[in-house]
Amino acid sequence: MNLPLLSLIIFLPIVAGTVMLLWPSASRDTIRRLALVTATITFLLSVWVYIGYDFTAGGYQFVEKYSWLPNLGIAYHVGVDGMSAPLVLLTGVVIFTGTLISWNIDRPREFFGLLYILATGVFGVFAALDLFTLFFMYEVAVFPMYLLIVIWGWEKTREYAGMKLTLYLLVGSVLALVGGLAMVFAARANLGYLTFDLLELEKAGLSVAFQRFWFPVVFFGFAVLGGIFPVHNWSPDGHVAAPTAVSMFHAGVLMKLGAFAALRVGVMLMPEGAKFHLPWIIFLTLVNVVYGAFIASVQQDFKYVIGFSSVSHMGLVIMGIATLNHDGLLGSGVQMFSHGVMTALFFAVVGMVYDRTHTRHIPSLGGMMKKLPWAGVAFIIAGLTSMGMPGFSGFIAEFPIFMGVWRYEPWIAIVAAISIVVTASYVLRVAHKVFFGPVPEAFQDIPDINIFDRVALVTLVFFLVGIGVFPHIMVPWIESGVNYVLTILGGA
Amino acid sequence: MSALNSAMLLALLPELLVLALMGLVLVVDLAGWVQGRKLGWLTLAGLALIVLVSVTTVVPDAAGSVVWGTTLKHDALSFVFRMLFLIAAALTIFFVLDVPALGDRGAFYLLLLASVLGLMLMAMANDIVMLFLAMETATIPLYVLAGFFTGRRESVEAGFKYLLFGALASGFMLYGLSLLYGFAGGEVEFAALAQGLAHTDAPLWAVLGALMIVLAGFAFKVAAVPFHFWAPDVYQGAPTPIAAFLSTASKAAGFALLVRVALVAFPATTLPWWGAALAAMAAATMTLGNLLALTQTDLKRLLAYSSIGHAGYILMGVVAATKLGLTAVVFYLLVYLLTNLAAFGIVAVLERSTGTTAAAQLAGLYKRSPWLTLATLAAFLSLAGVPPFAGFVAKVWVFMAAVEAHLEWLAVIAVLNSIVGIYYYLVVLKVAYEYDPPADAPAIRVSQPVVWALTALAVFIVVAGVAFGPWFHWGEWAAMALFH
Repeated sequence: MNLPLLSLIIFLPIVAGTVMLLWPSASRDTIRRLALVTATITFLLSVWVYIGYDFTAGGYQFVEKYSWLPNLGIAYHVGVDGMSAPLVLLTGVVIFTGTLISWNIDRPREFFGLLYILATGVFGVFAALDLFTLFFMYEVAVFPMYLLIVIWGWEKTREYAGMKLTLYLLVGSVLALVGGLAMVFAARANLGYLTFDLLELEKAGLSVAFQRFWFPVVFFGFAVLGGIFPVHNWSPDGHVAAPTAVSMFHAGVLMKLGAFAALRVGVMLMPEGAKFHLPWIIFLTLVNVVYGAFIASVQQDFKYVIGFSSVSHMGLVIMGIATLNHDGLLGSGVQMFSHGVMTALFFAVVGMVYDRTHTRHIPSLGGMMKKLPWAGVAFIIAGLTSMGMPGFSGFIAEFPIFMGVWRYEPWIAIVAAISIVVTASYVLRVAHKVFFGPVPEAFQDIPDINIFDRVALVTLVFFLVGIGVFPHIMVPWIESGVNYVLTILGGA
Repeated sequence: MSALNSAMLLALLPELLVLALMGLVLVVDLAGWVQGRKLGWLTLAGLALIVLVSVTTVVPDAAGSVVWGTTLKHDALSFVFRMLFLIAAALTIFFVLDVPALGDRGAFYLLLLASVLGLMLMAMANDIVMLFLAMETATIPLYVLAGFFTGRRESVEAGFKYLLFGALASGFMLYGLSLLYGFAGGEVEFAALAQGLAHTDAPLWAVLGALMIVLAGFAFKVAAVPFHFWAPDVYQGAPTPIAAFLSTASKAAGFALLVRVALVAFPATTLPWWGAALAAMAAATMTLGNLLALTQTDLKRLLAYSSIGHAGYILMGVVAATKLGLTAVVFYLLVYLLTNLAAFGIVAVLERSTGTTAAAQLAGLYKRSPWLTLATLAAFLSLAGVPPFAGFVAKVWVFMAAVEAHLEWLAVIAVLNSIVGIYYYLVVLKVAYEYDPPADAPAIRVSQPVVWALTALAVFIVVAGVAFGPWFHWGEWAAMALFH
């Protein structure tokens, strides 16, 4: 393929975002149209990357490599494999739907400008095949997030939550950076030259002692963004405080960034360290899964329910990775996509309800199915997905994870399975209280959602149901990525 | 001293031209031929011409050469810094032009040029006599400039404070240098000094003690803990553009001289000791600077403490004392110098428009001046070390240098400090972007020269942050001069 497809998808958003920021005289409508066009093209490009990826061939495709600073072995090197292609698609989906549901946002120039700079960072991390490129893009994703939360977030907690989230993520990422630099120099001792290339670092033969020392630093550094216990608590606060599109982006895509980077840099570059440490890390993820679900079930705030459910579901993703076996990794791969779309859908619905009722207090709500039928149906579909109901993508994701965990250690799987019951109970409770029953007096006249919102909901539902009914539109991709990870784990 | 020859004159051409420019400014000012801010334009044109002539005719070869006896070293390291100081002076003038009682005074331009001359000689100094002379030449005009607003108490106080601390530090430095001179058996040239110290009869503790006294003098110049006390007060009281110059060019000259002295004049056997001392100083400087910046509500004080923090990061590269470490130091100084000038330039605009430099004055800046808000975004995020701005890669290089030199502990302290830094820089941006402007907020007026300067700096900050290759090679070229 001659067209630099990945570079196009990585840089289109930041170019559009910069144009918006540098164009103060543009009218509100001009900016919104520019945003919609950008988001649509980005979405279509991400679909193209996904469909164009040949999973029978496997390996890295759409690879581009340009030297950036040869003296230090730094290159702009990007490519996707079966693990990252679905995540590129996920980012495309969320940026598109997030733009649609933010159609009436205040200060659209800065909002979309910052959101698209963020998108560039996210695409960059998923496609990075160079450690420097990865860190560079990772940090690009962080600062717009802060401004997006403090400017457009929920007045009560936005400053606190925005800063908390930013500091947590940055502490993690800079510690991972030190680990990454240590890795680069340790690899130089073996290779004889300095390189940041992930594919070369994989083959650098880092010593077991080195891997065992640095693995936890790198893995946790990234897993903070994946929401691992006990450094998860930026996540519910951050998601609740953020404006809707940013919650969708954050819980839907950025948390995957953490899990993905922990896999790519932690597990794949230091497999011996992973084998040594993951057996205890898996217990932390078990806490995520069960404790997250229980906390979600006692929340009175609609958005906090979803925030904690993300903690629980992301625990499953990292748990699947921690099993280091085929089933667990496969499930994690699907769960990253499935949870991304599902949680984006959840937050979109919460946002639609909140924008109209100005409350997220569950007992004060009711009967929304009559007022916002589209949102209600979408919420129930997302809810069924999160319970792991067959026919929805959550089942395709969670079933292999539990199988993988069972192979690893049956009782962990049994304990983790408690979360399914708890999830079902809180989803049904929230669905019942918010969407059924009588409509409270105050909310008799709320308007239904507009066409943009409907397109967004339908797009998200399409992926949840599509993968649930036809798993082979995603599983073979992930499978090819997992096989590659397994060769690294087996070969080390 | 050998007879005067053309190589000697050519090597010193930029300094001679600065001297000539000083003469010109003095004459036309006294004679009244050119007055007011036109003097600024004249100085700017002169500086631009000097930079142009220098980069076309004065570029040294890789090995460099010692000229004017043993006093001056004309090599890549000194050349890069000399150009930087000229550029810093030019940018300072852009910010000064429209400041009343500053930009219209011939004395200001004269003093600034005198200081630049001193800084340039600092970068070239190759023996301890020139070291001291250059340092005094650079600093004495700065004492006057810090106290330039004689009608304002804070400014006078800043000038005096700077003078007192500076004189004390000079005394220390001179004392340390005289001890080293004695221990080394009467050597003044850096390389010979190191030789002499390596074979001295004096006990090791005495030599190390003298080295520490000299380092203390440098610590004052670069505002490193525990010799940083003067910086916040002086920056706050001094006219804002002067504070910009002090915190950038003057600090960079201190580092340029420090790396040369540390690597050439200190015997290699003492590296473990002064390395440990500087490592401790780096850790203390970045930690204290960043922590104290957290509580500042005045932008000038905030930038003062942040610049103390940055000195800590740069010291890390000096401690590593490797090629990568020194490349990182040069790269960091280049980026820091231009970014901090931009930050102070923004504060100067704010001060001109609102009369104060309180951070709260930035409220609602996004509505009052979208253009200035973007410049603020670039400058402060670059200082915070966030990509795609240049400050990110600069930080990565110094962290890399520390890890390469097996100073992982220092790198961890540094990265945690960079998070503290991100906190207070983000708070500034939050005020600018989130808060609504107060009803009686004065309009932000930005003069045309400032628009040009800030736009150029913002563009540089982004370009150097993405296309960092050329700047890195430049830094490497300069750093390699110390390894020939």
